Amino acid sequence: MNLEELKKIREKAQKDVELRQKQARIRIVVGMGTSGIAAGARDVLKTFVEEVGKRNLTDVVVTQTGEKGLASQEPMVEVFEESKPAVVYGNMDPEKAKRVVVEHVVNGQPVSEFAI
Amino acid sequence: MNLVRNHVLISIDAGTIMAGARAVEKALVDEIGKQGLAGEIAVLETGSIGATGQGVVIVVYPEGLYYANVAPEDAHEIVEEHLLKGRPVKRLMMTEMPKQQVIRKGKTGLLKEQPRIVLKNSGVINPENIDEYIAAGGYEAIERAFTELKPAGVIKEVKDSGLVGRGGAAFTTGMKWDFASRAPGQPKYIICNADEGEPGTFKDRLILEGDPHKLIEGMMLAAYAFGGSKGFIYIRGEYALSIERLEKAIQQARDYGILGDNILESGFSFDLAVMKGAGAYVCGEETALIESLEGKRGHPRNKPPYPVTEGLWGKPTVVNNVETLANVPEIIRHGAAWYRGYGTEKCPGTKVYTIIGNVATPGLIEAEMGTTLRDIIYEYAGGIKAGKQFKGALVGGAAGAFLGPEMLDAQMDFVNLREYAAVLGSGAILVMDEHTDIVDMLQSVLHFFKHESCGHCVPCRLGTKELVEIIDQIADGKGKAGDIEKMVKISEVMRDTSFCPLGQSLNLPISSALKYFKDEVYGRVPAAV
Repeated sequence: MNLEELKKIREKAQKDVELRQKQARIRIVVGMGTSGIAAGARDVLKTFVEEVGKRNLTDVVVTQTGEKGLASQEPMVEVFEESKPAVVYGNMDPEKAKRVVVEHVVNGQPVSEFAI
Repeated sequence: MNLVRNHVLISIDAGTIMAGARAVEKALVDEIGKQGLAGEIAVLETGSIGATGQGVVIVVYPEGLYYANVAPEDAHEIVEEHLLKGRPVKRLMMTEMPKQQVIRKGKTGLLKEQPRIVLKNSGVINPENIDEYIAAGGYEAIERAFTELKPAGVIKEVKDSGLVGRGGAAFTTGMKWDFASRAPGQPKYIICNADEGEPGTFKDRLILEGDPHKLIEGMMLAAYAFGGSKGFIYIRGEYALSIERLEKAIQQARDYGILGDNILESGFSFDLAVMKGAGAYVCGEETALIESLEGKRGHPRNKPPYPVTEGLWGKPTVVNNVETLANVPEIIRHGAAWYRGYGTEKCPGTKVYTIIGNVATPGLIEAEMGTTLRDIIYEYAGGIKAGKQFKGALVGGAAGAFLGPEMLDAQMDFVNLREYAAVLGSGAILVMDEHTDIVDMLQSVLHFFKHESCGHCVPCRLGTKELVEIIDQIADGKGKAGDIEKMVKISEVMRDTSFCPLGQSLNLPISSALKYFKDEVYGRVPAAV
């Protein structure tokens, strides 16, 4: 190994470690309360994780939270973006989640038809 | 790329293993699998996060939430509630967060927190993965040394930084390296003294367990600077986990070509071996350590010649403490001027302390040189346990000094404490509350020294025995008038005539106990007529 190769390993490893406790540009928060899970939040969360992973979006965090108190709208997802108001999506499913990743997270256009 | 949503870091060190960390780790992994979260939740091992006496400790990222006293039965609840539903398990959450920052000595009472230096990665990275160390800026210092500084530049940088040895003697590290670089003879050796035997001290263990690559890089930098080609880590045999992690780390570094011949195509060759000690306190003394390393009985040698000219197998040898070497990569990465921004004028940098005894949150801390004892006890360690009063502290291990309440505001660094006839030593701080018996403390210390005296020289061999007999009588209430004066006299003779620091340093606990707790000690013997 030489110094160049060491640098490459560092860059790759930094990316992996950053994911752990980074200050994310976008946070996707999935409501995982009992009613959320009953309504399918688990699959929604999984889809977000897969989609974000697939696209190598290192500045996006997918995390979960508890009930919001709006059971009829579950599964609910909130997307927080730096210096922008949070967008709340309701009645989510995996297909909608994919669109949120493409349109909102990647292209910066909230999907207004899913928003509450 | 697979996105990992949460990272669960489980603190694996000797203490948490005793508390059942491995079983908890297994339970967590099983439970994560059972709930179908494998792949999106990763469980990683890390070193100590600096809290002791709190059982198994885990940290969940990205939240950065700490759980303490976790049992395998809790795994189900943590996984289902927190990792699946996002509801932290309140009953297990840690109330007092361990300080992951250096607290700077606050002149206004307001403490400013800064990143750690020595413990930067401990409890943050996975110590068994070289990539994580590299990600945290590891082996960058070596890069700078090879390309920019060259050996002379490394020595200059370390000299300018004002780094002094953290093992207790506080000798200037850069000077030591400089002497070794000028000494004739090949090959030259670097030895890391990891024979941490000072009672109450476990800072080196936590560095070794939490960040073994930092030590490897520190040793590489030292060897590169003074022309060494082979290194030995002389480590306490009891440190099983440290040894395992070090050996793993050394192997990973070899696989990457960071250890071995022609490292990173620089032309510099260096390799390391781990050697286990057999549990003798005196082998923490550098020449006794070298004897032991050569396969002989661990007796100290005559000085001079010093190891820098005639050390291991008669060759120039540098012996540095773990913490000293762990400072070096950061100094080389950021430069001497940056390092001098920490600590005091005469003693730059930080010091790792192990704080134990009657405090609310015992553990491992990194504080700037010059931080007062009061800040360390009340800001870091949560004050005295159960709201009791501070009586005193034994600072610097068994070979250290007792300090009374009047010393709470003294700045703690190597130079300043020397003025008060005290030492920083290994950085162990044993805090005593109002109910502690000082004679009892002294008795423990003297028994320890009697046990550990190697018997090589007369003053120490006979002196420690005599002292134990006297203190046992006093503790039993059978002390006689004049006993205390006799103890002082013996310890003074030992200080002046013993062969090595073991016997020489015994005067310190005795004289300091009398300095701060004179009435209490004299109260135990009949007054002279």
